[in-house]
Amino acid sequence: MNFTHLREKNKMNTETLKDYILEIADNSLILGQRFGELCGHGPSLETDIALTNMSLDLFGQVRSYYQYIAQLSEEEKTEDDIAFLRLERDYKNVLLVEQPNTDFGYVITRQYFFDVFHLMLMQQLQYSKDETLSAIAKKGIKEVSYHKRFSGDWLKRLGDGTKESHERVQKAVNDLWPYTNELFEMTEAATAATEAGVGVDAGQLKEPYYKEVSELLKEATLEVPESKYFHKGGKQGVHTEHMGYILSDMQFMQRTYPGMKW
Amino acid sequence: MSEKKNWPLWEIFVRSKNGLEHRHFGSLHAADADMAMENARDVYTRRNEGVSIWVVESKHITASNPEENGEFFEPAADKVYRHPTFYELPDELKHM
Repeated sequence: MNFTHLREKNKMNTETLKDYILEIADNSLILGQRFGELCGHGPSLETDIALTNMSLDLFGQVRSYYQYIAQLSEEEKTEDDIAFLRLERDYKNVLLVEQPNTDFGYVITRQYFFDVFHLMLMQQLQYSKDETLSAIAKKGIKEVSYHKRFSGDWLKRLGDGTKESHERVQKAVNDLWPYTNELFEMTEAATAATEAGVGVDAGQLKEPYYKEVSELLKEATLEVPESKYFHKGGKQGVHTEHMGYILSDMQFMQRTYPGMKW
Repeated sequence: MSEKKNWPLWEIFVRSKNGLEHRHFGSLHAADADMAMENARDVYTRRNEGVSIWVVESKHITASNPEENGEFFEPAADKVYRHPTFYELPDELKHM
């Protein structure tokens, strides 16, 4: 018997693999950039440092992913090219992570909504057949576990805090909730990666995700929104109006001084 | 964040390596012990300084009064014989 066709089916096309890695990596890049904007603007010195620490954790992960993509690319590319020289439509991050730092309530809610998903994803990705992705996930688990602890603790404090903190964080929860469903959307690349044993079936994370998030919201004395309408498009490169501003800020140096190094 | 002004001060002690004692690293503000612990982790151990953290609210520390330094510490100044440097050690004894 000839099993070649089976092997072919399980072998991933490199371009598809790169697309899949971008889907994961761009989330960390854009969220890291949002945190970076807060450097020196945190509500207290201690939280300011905590937010920048998390930003650096995320950028560390991004570097590993982009170095891997650069390695997989046929043309000569560096991690910086991938981070700074793409057009808006080429970024595959979910819409959630590009939402603005409206106030500390939004920062924490956005972070918590992403962290719960991120940790679940890493916990599955560590079993990827792709050794590089598996290694990045194993290292990321410890970092992301702390992120979730930080954002979850703060969400409880704000929700169960003063009248003002409760109202403001509830507003953030209501506004950001419609962006959560996109986390579980399966693109073609994600489906192919999952079939090849490289990627994670995000759809399976949906139920445990909403269970965990809802429980914490209740503990924080917050209402769980009942939105039936959800935004999506980020994974296809169709972003909200905020994305252009993030990129112009982030790409400015490399566009103005091409090839510049620190 | 008017609340912030009321956050109490905490003293942070970090043990840098197994086998060494906790040392005072500094102080920070936090609403409670849990937050103090997380803040301490973020402020004082991000350069890989520690393996263990103690936090204690500053008000629980009783400090000696600098104005009493005379009666407290000066009487010890002229009692060099309290240092164990007057013993004759056998040559075989190393690392003392």
